Amino acid sequence: MSSAVLISIAMTVVGAATPILLAALGELVVEKSGVLNLGLEGMMLIGAVTAFAVTYSTGSAPLGLIAAMAASAAASMIFGFLTLTLTANQVATGLALTIFGIGLSSLIGQGFVGRTVDALHRTFPAALAEHPVWRLIFGHSPLVYISLVMTALVAWFLTRSRAGLILRAIGESDEAAHSIGYSVIGVRYLAVAFGGAMAGLGGSYYSLVLTPMWADRLTAGRGWIALALVVFASWRPLRLLAGAYLFGAVMTFELHAKAAGVSFLAPEFLAMLPYLATIVVLTVISVAPAGGRLAAPACLGKPFRATG
Amino acid sequence: MRLRLEARREPSRAMLYVTPALAVAMTVLAGIFIFTAMGYDGLGAIYQIFITPLADPYRWQDLFVKAAPLIIIALGLAVGFRANVWNIGAEGQYIVGALAGTGVALASWGMEGYWILPAMILAGILGGLAWAAIPAFLKTRFKVNEILTSLMLTYVAIQLLYYLMRGPWKDPEGFNFPQTRLFTEWQTLPAAVPGTLIHLGVPVALALAVVAWVVLARTVTGFQVRIVGLAPQAARYAGFSARRTVWLALLTSGGLAGLAGIFEAAGPFQQMTPQFPVNYGFTAIIVAFLGRLHPLGIVLAGMVLAVSYVGGENAQTTIGLPYAATGMFQAMMLFFLLAVDVLVRYRLRLSGPGAARPHQESRPQAPAAARTPAPESASA
Amino acid sequence: MGQEGHPPRLALEGITKRFPGVLANDEVSFAVAPGEIHALLGENGAGKSTLVKIIYGVLHADEGRILWDGRPVEIPNPKAARRLGIGMVFQHFSLFEAMTVLENIALGIDEKVGWRELQERVVRILEAYDLPLDPRREVHTLSVGERQRIEIVRALLQKPRLLIMDEPTSVLTPQEVERLFDTLRQLASEGCSILYISHKLHEIKALCDTATILRGGRVVGTCDPKAESARSMAEMMIGGALRDVSRRRGGEFGQDRLNVVRLSAPGEGPFGVPLKEISLNVRAGEIVGIAGVAGNGQNELLAALAGEMEGAEHGAIFLNGKACIAANVGERRREGMCSVPEERYGHGAVPGISLSDNAVLTARYRMGLTGQGFIRYAAAEDFARNVIETFGVRTTGPKATAGSLSGGNLQKFIMGREILQKPDILVVSQPTWGVDAGAAAAIHQALLDLAAAGSAILLISQDLDELLALCDRIAVINGGRLSQMMEVEGISIERVGLLMGGMHGENESPPGGGARERRNAA
Repeated sequence: MSSAVLISIAMTVVGAATPILLAALGELVVEKSGVLNLGLEGMMLIGAVTAFAVTYSTGSAPLGLIAAMAASAAASMIFGFLTLTLTANQVATGLALTIFGIGLSSLIGQGFVGRTVDALHRTFPAALAEHPVWRLIFGHSPLVYISLVMTALVAWFLTRSRAGLILRAIGESDEAAHSIGYSVIGVRYLAVAFGGAMAGLGGSYYSLVLTPMWADRLTAGRGWIALALVVFASWRPLRLLAGAYLFGAVMTFELHAKAAGVSFLAPEFLAMLPYLATIVVLTVISVAPAGGRLAAPACLGKPFRATG
Repeated sequence: MRLRLEARREPSRAMLYVTPALAVAMTVLAGIFIFTAMGYDGLGAIYQIFITPLADPYRWQDLFVKAAPLIIIALGLAVGFRANVWNIGAEGQYIVGALAGTGVALASWGMEGYWILPAMILAGILGGLAWAAIPAFLKTRFKVNEILTSLMLTYVAIQLLYYLMRGPWKDPEGFNFPQTRLFTEWQTLPAAVPGTLIHLGVPVALALAVVAWVVLARTVTGFQVRIVGLAPQAARYAGFSARRTVWLALLTSGGLAGLAGIFEAAGPFQQMTPQFPVNYGFTAIIVAFLGRLHPLGIVLAGMVLAVSYVGGENAQTTIGLPYAATGMFQAMMLFFLLAVDVLVRYRLRLSGPGAARPHQESRPQAPAAARTPAPESASA
Repeated sequence: MGQEGHPPRLALEGITKRFPGVLANDEVSFAVAPGEIHALLGENGAGKSTLVKIIYGVLHADEGRILWDGRPVEIPNPKAARRLGIGMVFQHFSLFEAMTVLENIALGIDEKVGWRELQERVVRILEAYDLPLDPRREVHTLSVGERQRIEIVRALLQKPRLLIMDEPTSVLTPQEVERLFDTLRQLASEGCSILYISHKLHEIKALCDTATILRGGRVVGTCDPKAESARSMAEMMIGGALRDVSRRRGGEFGQDRLNVVRLSAPGEGPFGVPLKEISLNVRAGEIVGIAGVAGNGQNELLAALAGEMEGAEHGAIFLNGKACIAANVGERRREGMCSVPEERYGHGAVPGISLSDNAVLTARYRMGLTGQGFIRYAAAEDFARNVIETFGVRTTGPKATAGSLSGGNLQKFIMGREILQKPDILVVSQPTWGVDAGAAAAIHQALLDLAAAGSAILLISQDLDELLALCDRIAVINGGRLSQMMEVEGISIERVGLLMGGMHGENESPPGGGARERRNAA
């Protein structure tokens, strides 16, 4: 394979990895605080449609991104209110959020089906961004660079900052954190809102960069893969980065296979690959002796109610 | 003054029954508000969704036909949810069940005999079972979370469906449309009420609800499912195997989803097409919760959701409300149900500032490692 | 009580706190002088915990006021309490298992300190008070005593002027208790006041200058514990004459009911303790005690004996001479082995279901509560009613949910459910943890009666007093290993304490430990 082909494959891998990395980073922080939000797919869709609608109407992609983050964070607050304030079941509420997001996004998006916007492709000047080799580094959408910066920030936040220490502590033992005097519910609300905003950012990658148009269920289950990615990464941001790019490679296998002239597999089987790979990876990580389960926050998914 | 929650000493039985109705009522109110805000005739939309399907006796058969698969799938899911086994891939099991039954139909195409339909149904059940057995195996053997695996398998099932429709199972006389042959009369469900659309699946759904009710309420198996879900450690102490319960829950829900799938294929569809999946497997999750995981509640909830489906189609044709609105509407119902659920365990109290906060002094001082299972009192 | 010229460090005046249906504190007043070690003495449920939570700002009093150095203060939250100089060591530690000691300490203090500086300050305190603790270790690798030291260091970093210790010794070995007392005395000598909450009379006599006794939420007396007898304080605490639980020892025992040979099993959960080659026997009519600090394999031992490990255990278990290592819970129960786990809510009983259904949970095997796969609800209700009446469980009836019962009443129900099945062998863990004195006495009596009727009882407890009062023989579990059995008659408490702290007998103990033991035996 020529280097041009390799570079173009690498570009597609980045494209596939970035949205799930963004969404999974948010979910990682949410889960570290002890909350399991299964509504990732729904929030990504809400973000995707909001980003598209706002960008289409205003012509401003940055405005679209901000609106997407706000909309998804708002949706995550429905989840937060139900699970944190009303102590509803987190699994059921997350599922409801996903179903809600699917419905809401296609409701909002029906006026936009098939329309396109100017893709948010480029960060750097054309000389760099379209250079045959350097585009590997400079030829990406701003969201790609944002995702990398956010990975570093989240890693720093969780391991080095005091706020991150408190967040981890709350995920580790909500009752101990409460008795020391930390606001368990307050911190979890913030984490859930952050998770929502990141999911919105991830979703907008699909509607503003990858396809630059709106179609129903644009994210096609990638939100669930992002959830699996958090488990795969054992709740560690840098492993998350590696995992996202690994998954990105698998997800674009269909394209690679075509480029490499593979034709013995029907396209439907190639399309199954990311989902099958997710199952395999989840199994491997569960079997591995240094498996992720020890790293799971001890309070993940358990409702907390402050007692005197 | 602020609103605050006060733990009840015993969960309120009255609220258990009142809250689902309350959730539906709140969804209706929110629906009027939201649809109006979006520029539709809000009241008209609600009338179309909730009243017209009931007002027109001719549409009642539609309700039963839509409710049957929802009820059958939700009954299985309820077993799992009670045991804290989260099979959310019923949609995939539903598809694979239908595919397995279709396989039998295609293999027996042109044959005659009373054995064909039962064979298809059996294949449908086995197909759903097999698809659910994968997450069950992975969970019991490797402790892989069943939520993600069962869901991933749904996407796999959809691709499998597409592959079969476009490839090997395509109707050779179908002008290259990606769909199978029409099933023969030996391969389609007979009508349960002659002259209507109501097929055999409808009475079967009702019968299954009664069976599920007896099993869940009266048998040791039903008790086991409940205990494993409520308190896994106590279940072990009582001699109930968690592993067997996972298998039981997933196989039951998978088998029933497969049954619903082949009923749908051999009933309303009478063939297999790429348009076959219509999210019944996901909507059934809402049905299961709205029905309080109780078989009779599920029958009622299945009817409510069927009304919203049929009404949603009404609203689509009469006032141009998009089909997607139905899904959002159904999700809102689940949101409201989860929200008002709190009333079962808590009392709402208005309190002034500085008033005593609730607390039960009689609570035990459990060992450090243990957490009191029932959230007990509220504070800021 | 205040020293001349000094206002008391802390004074409570008429503190009242109501909860729905309960008056937890009723006009409580007392004062703690600077440098004084002041005991707050009372039974479970007397209102001690509520009171200290009010002082620490976790709860708020309905009436009354708090004076700090003579000035009235408001304490809205724990942070405000710490600002005043109040430090608190909770009975249930507020620790994070998967984090390091240093991280745990950083979480417990309010000021923002750099890691390096924090570590230096922690090391200084550890040295000043002679507390052995490695700041870099993760908490789940530490013993209970070491964990408590984290809490103490947390409190000391804030330079407290009042340190509240809530039941600090309930999980410590006798040696660790002595060490803790040394630390507290040193602190008091430096002027720090200490509020010491306990119901252990001999400790209060050994440590405290003054004792305030609470009963039913009210102060029923203040005394100098060194001048009072343990008995008189106990009677003030309980509000009546003390009833002795004692048993006649040295009776004839029957055949081995339970025989365990080289039983090994994996630890449960990420921080569990594996069992290593445990051997023991219990004869008919005998009560054998397993002493030990929490988290040394007690939960695993109970699970392995009861059959809850689903075949993960190795070795041999004989019930009435019949090998049953491969048997599941149901088979072992039918064979005559019943058990009562330590945790009531969610293990021994399911809080969200009725007492009648909770009866089905374990009694279905021996009491015929099921038939042909169906539950016999009427029979279950009758059995539950029988338990309630026989054991005096205070509840509205068999239909009440288990979660609506107080801890003591639920424990009586669980014990009753197992005892009425007339087991040949009963394995019990922590039967009186957090239970009021009345219920504890009833439970102890029921165990003695069961043994007298010829059953074999294995009693796992952290409460040495309980074991010494009830058992015929005792062994100590530490790190998943069991010590040799010791006859209770003439047992050396010091030796038991050393075993609890990890000395496994003559061969394995370091020279110093061995010498102490020999001296003790002489």
